[in-house]
Amino acid sequence: MSFIWNFPLFTVLLSLFSGPLCMMLSAKAARNYTIAYESVLIGMTGSVLAYTLKTGTSFTYTMGEFPAPWGNEIRAGSLEALIALLFSVVLLCSVTAGYHFIRKDMDESKINLYFTLLNLLTAALMAIVWTNDVFTGYVFLEILTLTSCGILIVREIGRTTLAAVRYMILNLMGSGLFLMGIVLLYDVSGHLLMVPIRQSLREISSDPAAIPAITMAVGIMTIGIAIKSGLFPFYFWMPDTYGWATPTSGAVLSALVSKGYIFLLFKIYYRAVGIDVMQKTPILKILFVLGICGIIAGSFNAIRASNINRMIAFSSAAQIGYIYMGIGIGTTAGFAAALFQILAHALTKSLLFLTAPYLAEVSSDSLKFHALQGSAHRDPAAGMMFTTGALSMIGIPVFAGFASKLMFGQAVVLGGVHWRILAVLATLGISSVLNAFYFIRTLIRIYYDPDEQAKSSANSRSAFDLSRAGFGFAGFVLVVLNVFLGLFSWVVSDVIYRGLGMFL
Amino acid sequence: MISHILGNYEEAAAVLLFGIGFTTLLFHRNLIKKLIGMNIMDTGVFLLLASMGYIRGRKAPIIENGVTDPQRYINPVPAGLVLTGIVVSVSVTAVMLSLSVRLYKRYHTLDLDTIYVLSKHQKEDR
Repeated sequence: MSFIWNFPLFTVLLSLFSGPLCMMLSAKAARNYTIAYESVLIGMTGSVLAYTLKTGTSFTYTMGEFPAPWGNEIRAGSLEALIALLFSVVLLCSVTAGYHFIRKDMDESKINLYFTLLNLLTAALMAIVWTNDVFTGYVFLEILTLTSCGILIVREIGRTTLAAVRYMILNLMGSGLFLMGIVLLYDVSGHLLMVPIRQSLREISSDPAAIPAITMAVGIMTIGIAIKSGLFPFYFWMPDTYGWATPTSGAVLSALVSKGYIFLLFKIYYRAVGIDVMQKTPILKILFVLGICGIIAGSFNAIRASNINRMIAFSSAAQIGYIYMGIGIGTTAGFAAALFQILAHALTKSLLFLTAPYLAEVSSDSLKFHALQGSAHRDPAAGMMFTTGALSMIGIPVFAGFASKLMFGQAVVLGGVHWRILAVLATLGISSVLNAFYFIRTLIRIYYDPDEQAKSSANSRSAFDLSRAGFGFAGFVLVVLNVFLGLFSWVVSDVIYRGLGMFL
Repeated sequence: MISHILGNYEEAAAVLLFGIGFTTLLFHRNLIKKLIGMNIMDTGVFLLLASMGYIRGRKAPIIENGVTDPQRYINPVPAGLVLTGIVVSVSVTAVMLSLSVRLYKRYHTLDLDTIYVLSKHQKEDR
């Protein structure tokens, strides 16, 4: 047993301790501490990734050394490590780029409490990524819900409180259904750990009479997670929730929290239930259809949106649809494409949510499209980063969004079912056109300046401003990772396939 | 069909409670009643768990008089899950109640539809 085996547990424990610690620090100290400890998280998750890739196997950490059917387990393979690494990188970037707005949006004396919530949220995310026990998954799912509601209401305006209440009510319905699903699954299989569940389900599912019970249990769980992560038709809460939050919260909620839920569902499908059993139920087909509906509906709503944050939020609904469409294809290639989309979307969407408020800041603090006219000239750095994100969302080659769309196309063609090939390729085409429509329209708006007064106006910013080093750093990292995913997608997809191989 | 339901009346009651709670949470306009609905929904799940875990005539797994035969005891895990679930549900309720207080202080009503209409007329549009 190598020392690295402790790292997954350390990431959870360190985050849990960091939360209360930040309560005792001043605002600035809490920020600096959070940045330092998130860098440590990146180091730990990165070394777990390197270790699992080197040894080629995953490892299981038994809590308290109680063996398999009784104890609680943490399990780490390349895939979990890759997702945990992504989460820590995006968290670090969100904090460094969004701190400017955190100070603006809330009282100085409460900023340390914001970091408390953010660190507890990190603990929940890490635990969900590493855990091998569905009930532990449920407990941290609730912690994730509570903390994400917390980072939403810290901006004390009526709109965020209302958005938080609606978000919480939907999330509570989702958690209730998920808990019910776990209870039924426990009832059917007699286990809570993922691998024993799969072994017992494999025996049970050979009897066709047992399939409805399994479908019921997994189906209820799926509806719960679908409500929580915003699959069509449950996506209507997204614009208020993401649009009114402080930018760090918006980026974390859309890029990480929804992905945490989906990753837990993915683990349940792939490891706890098993693809062979999943294919005997109609759940994957339904997800496939709902995913496609989500892509189309999200894109149309984004076109109709009146401000830039609402547009980005609706585009999140479309991107979540892609992930579910990939899961719904039901083959290993489909799952890999969905996972790649999780990476691509987390990096791109956080970039968009973090740069849009900087564009608004030089446009008299308005997020409305007509005010943003020419804002990219007033703040060239933010404009460039926003452009990268927008191009990646449309699916222009070189950027991450293109690679993920390519992987969806390949996955469905390899799957070989005719109606699916037709549906996916048509959806990819239509959604690319729709994405291009609203993102290019936005790009033209932020670069087009009819009066040509932007450069001389007083509130413009230079591209190299040392007081915004945190924003520059975060934007640079996200843009570089985005281009890396686009150009070297085979490196990442290789890691995903090796991770899926050690997943079982 | 009816004999199945009567034979498993605890489970049937649990599912009924879950349904009542879920629809209250979804459709009721009053925030406090929504919260009561959430608690009923969670109670339904706990009843289901507890009734699955209980076997008539057996005891909690605490060894008495040196009896180690597993046939005499029940599985303690469902009871543990119920306890954890209750803790989660209490904390969620506390957070939601504090949110309701905040909304009430701002809008002076607990009717979600009214609050939604009021928030539309607010001047905090960016």
